[in-house]
Amino acid sequence: MTATVNYDDVEVGTELPAASFAVQRVNLVRYAGASGDFNVIHWNQRVAESVGLPDVIAHGMLTMAEVGRVVTDWTGDPGSVLEYGVRFTRPVVVPDDGAGAMIEVTATVGAKLDDRRVRVDLTATSAGAKVLSMARAVVQLA
Amino acid sequence: MALDQSYIGRTYAPSEPYEVGREKIREFADAIGDDNPAYRDPDAAKALGYDDVIAPPTFAIVLSARVATQVIHDPEFGLDYSRVVHGEQRFVHRRPVRAGDRLIGVLTVDNIRAAAGNDIVSTRVELSTEAGEPVATAYSTLVARAPAGTPAPQSTP
Repeated sequence: MTATVNYDDVEVGTELPAASFAVQRVNLVRYAGASGDFNVIHWNQRVAESVGLPDVIAHGMLTMAEVGRVVTDWTGDPGSVLEYGVRFTRPVVVPDDGAGAMIEVTATVGAKLDDRRVRVDLTATSAGAKVLSMARAVVQLA
Repeated sequence: MALDQSYIGRTYAPSEPYEVGREKIREFADAIGDDNPAYRDPDAAKALGYDDVIAPPTFAIVLSARVATQVIHDPEFGLDYSRVVHGEQRFVHRRPVRAGDRLIGVLTVDNIRAAAGNDIVSTRVELSTEAGEPVATAYSTLVARAPAGTPAPQSTP
């Protein structure tokens, strides 16, 4: 494991580079195929609405993967992520309007742990609403 | 509809091994839009100290969700999958999943509860190699939302 960020160079409050990700229907289709999650609410508007959703929604796991990239891009080594957890508080609604949804991500070092590990606290919003809570990664730094 | 609480604590027999392939990792990385070379190029992965390309941290869901179908799609359990949304997810990695791994998953139903008309199921899948080396644990909470006629919750508990 070879993270490029040194534990001694970060403090509680250190901000990671923020990022934003566009999500369109095609991304949901690709993710369904790659992950094997073919739940119809991620590709069929009629069924999504019939079960009370506003429209097709993104796979929570796609959101989680994209948000986590802020951490792996920061450390330079995806294997530095020892723990990663989120709560999905609101669905990311992906309309078929040519634009889809945007997910905005910020991340901050929330705690310095032993063994040169840190806890990174993440936020993710879409259409102005928080879509994740308790989004945290424990990361091994150099 | 309340789910059968007797499933709480149930641990299932180990799954058949899943062989992690380089191209599957690449396909998954493409799908999440992540161009990290460690997911594609064995030399880039070796430069980080790994024997072969590694998988993104959330790739373990491909295996754990498959293993969890034993309860999620169990007709006797009665979960309506079209009403299911993901409530929570957490991974603990002892090391990254990598190409060439042959991984076995052991599913345990940690909890089943009802809240505001929703059925909430928490599972745990322990992933290890055929040789018994622990690799990762995936903790999932799925929420089967209340049937139509009740207001759609804005957030899952």
